[in-house]
Amino acid sequence: MNQTSVTPLATYRNERPYPFCPGCGHGPILNHLNSALVSLGVDASEVVIVSDIGCSGLSDQYFATSAFHGLHGRSITYATGIKLARPDLKVVVIMGDGGTGIGGAHLLSAARRNVGITVIVMNNFNFGMTGGQHSVTTPTGALTSTTPGGNLERPLDICATVAANGAGYVFRGTNFDKDLAERIADGMRSECFALLDVWDLCTAYFVPRNKASRKTLSATLDQLGFESGVLRDEDVAEYAAAYRAACKPHAGKPTLAPRPLDVCCTSALDRRLRIVVAGSAGGKVRSASGFVARAAILSGLWSAQKDDYPITIMTGHSVAELVLDSEEIHYTAVSRPDALLILSDDGLGKARKFLARMGADDHVFVLPEFADVETAARICVIDPARAQTRLTKAGVALYALTYAVAQLGILPVGAFEASASHGNPAYREENLRTVREAYAAALA
Amino acid sequence: MRELTDGATAIVRGAVDAGCTFFAGYPITPASQILMAMMREMPKVGGVAIQAEDEIASIGMCIGATMSGARALTATSGPGVSLYSENIGMAIMGEVPLVIVDVQRMGPGTGAATTVAQGDVQFVRWGSGGGYPIIALCPSSVLECYSLTRRAFDLAERFRCPVFLLTDKELSQTACTVDVSAYAAPPVRARTPAPAGLDPYSYDPLDGVSPLAQYGAGHVVRFTGSTHDERAFITKDPATVERLNQHLVAKIENHSSEIQLVTADLQEGAQTLLISYGVTAGAMREAVTRMRGAESKVSALTLQSLWPVPEQAILTALEGVTRVVVAELNPGQVVREVERIARGVDVIGLQRIDGEMISPTDFEEVAR
Repeated sequence: MNQTSVTPLATYRNERPYPFCPGCGHGPILNHLNSALVSLGVDASEVVIVSDIGCSGLSDQYFATSAFHGLHGRSITYATGIKLARPDLKVVVIMGDGGTGIGGAHLLSAARRNVGITVIVMNNFNFGMTGGQHSVTTPTGALTSTTPGGNLERPLDICATVAANGAGYVFRGTNFDKDLAERIADGMRSECFALLDVWDLCTAYFVPRNKASRKTLSATLDQLGFESGVLRDEDVAEYAAAYRAACKPHAGKPTLAPRPLDVCCTSALDRRLRIVVAGSAGGKVRSASGFVARAAILSGLWSAQKDDYPITIMTGHSVAELVLDSEEIHYTAVSRPDALLILSDDGLGKARKFLARMGADDHVFVLPEFADVETAARICVIDPARAQTRLTKAGVALYALTYAVAQLGILPVGAFEASASHGNPAYREENLRTVREAYAAALA
Repeated sequence: MRELTDGATAIVRGAVDAGCTFFAGYPITPASQILMAMMREMPKVGGVAIQAEDEIASIGMCIGATMSGARALTATSGPGVSLYSENIGMAIMGEVPLVIVDVQRMGPGTGAATTVAQGDVQFVRWGSGGGYPIIALCPSSVLECYSLTRRAFDLAERFRCPVFLLTDKELSQTACTVDVSAYAAPPVRARTPAPAGLDPYSYDPLDGVSPLAQYGAGHVVRFTGSTHDERAFITKDPATVERLNQHLVAKIENHSSEIQLVTADLQEGAQTLLISYGVTAGAMREAVTRMRGAESKVSALTLQSLWPVPEQAILTALEGVTRVVVAELNPGQVVREVERIARGVDVIGLQRIDGEMISPTDFEEVAR
């Protein structure tokens, strides 16, 4: 929604007084933010101040703008969601150095995406609300309640990190900077991900322990070799806008809908038939089984296909449990198959538990190399090498499964042919040839 | 006419048809199909889908987007729900409508990513600090994956709260034959626009729900995940705090009959009641058919809503039976609720935690 009329305010602060400790830099930073909002003249309802947790997390309550007060370190995620859903809103995140640390992955991701939010880090080098513990920005050697012998960690250079990772606008300064309001306004004017690392003094904990002062802030900057001022101001493609542009060609396209199959054949199957196809990942076990599951539906049956495979791809087993029935199927697992197809050593490994349960009325279909498998079931050897057309590796599963189903006499060849036309068009002709040959060979 | 499809597809269709306009998720087996499908679907309806940097960001973005007027969905599995946990509490506190799909896999820990389980039932109810109620629905078929996803969106809006859709690896990924004319499409209410000047949170009446004010609608909107007053300012005033917290309980617990969703298949004279939910209820349906075919009387209750516990429906189904079998793929979670409710009835837990599904035969053996 684009505002046709903007109602700028003389102040974006509400009547509530700040709660911060005497001398704390947070109040001055918020005053600068207020000045920035005044200079931008934006509608208060169109500005969302997203606050983090800690002393900085109190910030949103002193503004007459829209506000979101969330969890520790996650403010950038809420801001991202707010911005992606409503790119026209001005979204300002206020977080501390604590939230920067725990939410580091969000900071990095927001910079990489260059999502158009403005992040103000109230960086006072320690956790003020919880007792002055050290944070990711505590200078090396600094004393805090959790670094009584001096901080051993290196402080995070927030600005260099986000600048190196795509942020469009990056600024470092202190709450004493006279131009801070202008820089915040610049950040908000930028369509890009803008980050302002604003150093300030925690008079409750960091100042007394480290004799910190306005002067030591700049000394620390020098010691660390951190740059300050506007460190980056470039026009980088903003994520929400880029996403919308990328989506445009897809707008209005039909969404997922049921894909009904027209019954074109009949089947004499009047009971439940369970077929297990045991092969290797990459051997098209699942697609061949899906082919038969569709052929069953095209024959007026109900079918279900439950797959089992390792989380890796193209290695290890791939086992499909196919259930065909004239009645609706509510339970899809197979304990004892009526027919088992063994296509590979991986498959044989997984098939042993089924083989042990199968009896004389059951059928085991195997490729020639597994002809000597031990089972009480009847063994039928399928030799894909005898197919008239040389099969691709991917074609073996479909050939063997079609052969097996044809031998069992449950689905007509027409169902296989119809199923081919519902599969991937690129393989339609090849699949048609494969099933026809397999069917003919089975009945020969 | 029939189609071959799976629960994940039905969930995505249900979400799109329910008016979902925002999805954020992080890849995890066995929920990634939903992420990938939503990435394809959202651009078609002018929505937004994003693969977030982690699960915490996924649910965080969904919450933020909802406050900007979106209707949001996220999907994960048990390990991801662990990372959602703190934000689930915040969505409860901030009264954010949100649908969370948990495609359950076997735990604990990393467990087995491609193995079915139903181990997150108590987890989703109690998995965030404070212990405040959520709503959880649990489809037991592909058809219900569609209809209950729609229902979840409706309930999220109705009660301004996170609603879980608890499914599992098998129901989500096993391709089944579905009669396409049987898809039920329960209505999904539109979001009521909040009038200007209305406080974002109202606790009067305690079990009432005030309209969700969203950003960018022309008036200032405040949101907070902290203990707050009706204007969303942080407070510790005991009377205000108590009203808020009582409200968060009452708005759900006082409406359990409205949320309750079960399928009762009760047989006159049956001494045994079978109770199940999710993928296990499918096996229960087949077991009931077999047992009745063998002249054995049996009743069955499928729970499609798990939280709040559909106590009234369970009590009704328990009338006249001497024993109840509660079947689930976990060490015993819903059985605890049934034990709490059932009086003078023998409660038997039927559980499998070996990665295999409970079979119709398992039901028959325990009910014999």
